[in-house]
Amino acid sequence: MNAPEPKGKFRVVGTRPVRPDGIDKVTGKAIYGPDFVTAGMIQGAILRSPHAHARIRSIDTSKAEALPGVKAVVTSADFPGQSAKIIAAGETSSSLQNIAATCMANGKVLYIGHAVAAVAATTKAIAEAALKLIVVDYEVLPHVIEVEEALAEGAPILHEGMITKGLDPAPDRPSNASMVFTLAGGDVDAALAASAVTVSGHYRTAPVHQGYIEPHACVASWNADGQGQLWISSQGHFDLRNQTASVLHMPSSDLRTYPLEIGGGFGGKTGIYLEPVAMLLSRKAGRPVRLTMSREDVFNASGPAPGIVADITIGASEDGTLTALKLEFWNQAGAFPGSTIHSGVMTALGAYRLPAYFARGWDVVSNFAGTKAYRAPGAPQVAFVVESCLDDIARKLGIDALDLRLKNAARPGDPGPTRVPHGAIGYVECLEAAKAHPHWSAPLGPNQGRGVAGAFWGNYGGQSTAAVALAADGSVQVTTGSPDIGGSRASMAIMAAETLGVPYESVRVTIADTGSIGYSMVTGGSRVTFATGKAVIGAAQKVIATLVERAASLFGVEPGQVEWRDGAAHCLDGERAGESLSISAIAGKAGQFSGPIVAELAVNPLDYLPAFAVHICDTEVDPETGNVSIIRYTTVQDVGTAIHPDYVEGQMQGGAVQGIGWALNEAYVFDGNGRMENPGFLDYRMPVASDLPMIDTVMVEVPNPAHPYGVKGVGEAPIVPPLAAVANAVARATGLPMRQLPLSPDRVWAAIQAAK
Amino acid sequence: MSKIAVSTTVNGDPAEFLCDAGESLLDALRGSLGLTGSKEGCGSGDCGACTVMLNGQMVCSCLVLAVEAEGKSIATIEGVAEGSVLHPVQRQFLEHGALQCGFCTPGFIVAAKALLEVNPDPDETEIRYWLAGNLCRCTGYDKIVRAVSAAAAELRQERSAA
Ligand code: FES
Ligand code: FES
Repeated sequence: MNAPEPKGKFRVVGTRPVRPDGIDKVTGKAIYGPDFVTAGMIQGAILRSPHAHARIRSIDTSKAEALPGVKAVVTSADFPGQSAKIIAAGETSSSLQNIAATCMANGKVLYIGHAVAAVAATTKAIAEAALKLIVVDYEVLPHVIEVEEALAEGAPILHEGMITKGLDPAPDRPSNASMVFTLAGGDVDAALAASAVTVSGHYRTAPVHQGYIEPHACVASWNADGQGQLWISSQGHFDLRNQTASVLHMPSSDLRTYPLEIGGGFGGKTGIYLEPVAMLLSRKAGRPVRLTMSREDVFNASGPAPGIVADITIGASEDGTLTALKLEFWNQAGAFPGSTIHSGVMTALGAYRLPAYFARGWDVVSNFAGTKAYRAPGAPQVAFVVESCLDDIARKLGIDALDLRLKNAARPGDPGPTRVPHGAIGYVECLEAAKAHPHWSAPLGPNQGRGVAGAFWGNYGGQSTAAVALAADGSVQVTTGSPDIGGSRASMAIMAAETLGVPYESVRVTIADTGSIGYSMVTGGSRVTFATGKAVIGAAQKVIATLVERAASLFGVEPGQVEWRDGAAHCLDGERAGESLSISAIAGKAGQFSGPIVAELAVNPLDYLPAFAVHICDTEVDPETGNVSIIRYTTVQDVGTAIHPDYVEGQMQGGAVQGIGWALNEAYVFDGNGRMENPGFLDYRMPVASDLPMIDTVMVEVPNPAHPYGVKGVGEAPIVPPLAAVANAVARATGLPMRQLPLSPDRVWAAIQAAK
Repeated sequence: MSKIAVSTTVNGDPAEFLCDAGESLLDALRGSLGLTGSKEGCGSGDCGACTVMLNGQMVCSCLVLAVEAEGKSIATIEGVAEGSVLHPVQRQFLEHGALQCGFCTPGFIVAAKALLEVNPDPDETEIRYWLAGNLCRCTGYDKIVRAVSAAAAELRQERSAA
């Protein structure tokens, strides 16, 4: 909606203007990853492993190289040797060895779809024909998929010599468990033993994919002098440049990286897959090379989020006060270590007051694509476990599910997940808003059930750079390095306009390449509106300081006698008191001063605050088929301050629906050979419009005092509660526990039959 | 293998291109014709990002052979606006914030426009079922449904004013 919603204290913040990149995106003009073309560009293709686990004995590329039209062939032999050094890989970190091996198998293939060789040729058809001429001699090894298989005695080890970190004493034998992370406080066993009630459960979820509609794509050009260019659609072209340059042992500044529009990422576009391969092909071919993934490649060789297996026990007193929480979970990390066990542990401990607790996560590798961040990485799975178990407590004690949460909810000053006290969090406000919402008290029909779940995401700050420059006519150019995935150009323009006191339309936002502005980390962690926003606001404030100084000189007064208000400098004192100079009047006189008005600011703010959310879901279960319909859905979230409410609501709705898909349908299904049986959108069933009701949104605004406009970060919290909200609704509709996702019709039907 | 020459009409203008026998219409549009507004999300008819009109029929262009366009007329996202005047569906998508990443948007707009041509007053369920072949991973569809509904109202008003 375009109707302004003035919020009293803000002029532009909280309004809903059309996004600056909107017209390009509704007319088909916007250039996304697979759309980019450059002069002389040729086409690449990648040969992928047909085996889930195998040693590569040899690769013979001679026939492919001889095919007319083939310009380059690359295997892991073309990659420089890698160290075990850990570098940032988007929202997580990984060793250079594993980052390189994600792009091209080195010695062993670890999953079906693992890249083993690549070809660049004058046409895609020739490149694909050449792939068929490459002969790979594999020694097939036994593989593992499920966590239990991976940890079984005698299981094949994916990474030879890998010893579990985080256990004391350290194990003396290698295993597929890369790491353990534990947070504990109080005597949890004693507290559980003394509790009036305890509830335990064993839970399981499957790996799911981020499901962005745009497959991965890039174009690379690497010249003989060592300088290169990359055109990519990613969540962070600086981080992907750094990863690519590190893997290729080149200076980062030699690799100028240009951001294209990104067709969704959700965490899955924070790391490299194609980029170094395209670079190596380009260097050999002497031409720019495009590499793209098919949808099947995307499922087999990028993303997913880990499945988990978990055991939980929660204790409470008669009145519902929680006494202790004990949780152990095993992340199904895929082929490479480094899945999100830390945030999983935090998710279990940050939302409620817990006198005693023990939460431990295991990172377990197995033979499918290495998992990647997916929106609130690591949190939804654990929230499913905790919030389902809490619902069992509420039912056992006969307490309203929201009242139980209200009683125990973390308040400002209570210990956060790492025992650092929470700041100005709004969980109680969200729970109260949920309780007051008509949805909570609406009547239900037969076979219907209502579920609720609360949860949070910690949000993030991180490094960002922004520049604000004034043109001589006073119009404003904002430049950042943060890719816009869901409307962030609009929120940057709103915050700059608010700060400068100018109209939204006079601010234009550019997302610059790595050669045009300083570093910004990935768009992820719900950090951009907060951290990049702080950089934009800070740079705009520096611009105002210059405007005020210059206005003072033009008025012939001290800067302290000039006030910046409503986009103009007002003279408060002296002969010209009461006069004002507009932004254009001052900017137009740059030639009389020390030059154009421009300010750049780099930030790394640590004063971010978590976002809490509460979701209410009504489901109807068909007892004949086990099919679950979502008939009503309400999301409540503490959004700090909604800079552009449309895009905040959009995040809440989109996250909720991804969570609904995770709860009801989505799962990687593997056959006995470790092959994903459903690597396409027909069988990997993401929600479509006809599966869903409208998604009601309630924006609770408890501002972050550390941000000039109160921003907290909104993008990730919405996917944390829905798994449990849906499962709790189905549990209440059927009267049966629902502890394994997805709740596909066959699983729900079987549960109903078993209970008969 | 020699290429096949195809003459067709794209967004009202004559267009000719050469293609391989097995090439999809989507590849021809995005490749030879340089019209990258239609997107490939799957290549298998499951996401709708490649939706175009072929002789007035809504199709997934990834499932149509390029040679099938011979003598037919194709309408793509690039032809939805009249010059620089947006179609009401496009305008309402912007007004409602019905796109986040925007990658699915061309397909949704072509499909929604087709819906409003056959059903000027669709209810929520009709909109949801008509658009069930278009995947959006970002928005949860809520704002898309509202935008299409608002565009329908706008078009009805235009018609009754005319
Ligand atoms: S690309 Fe044609 S339906 Fe997905
Ligand atoms: S807006 Fe991103 S897929 Fe629809």
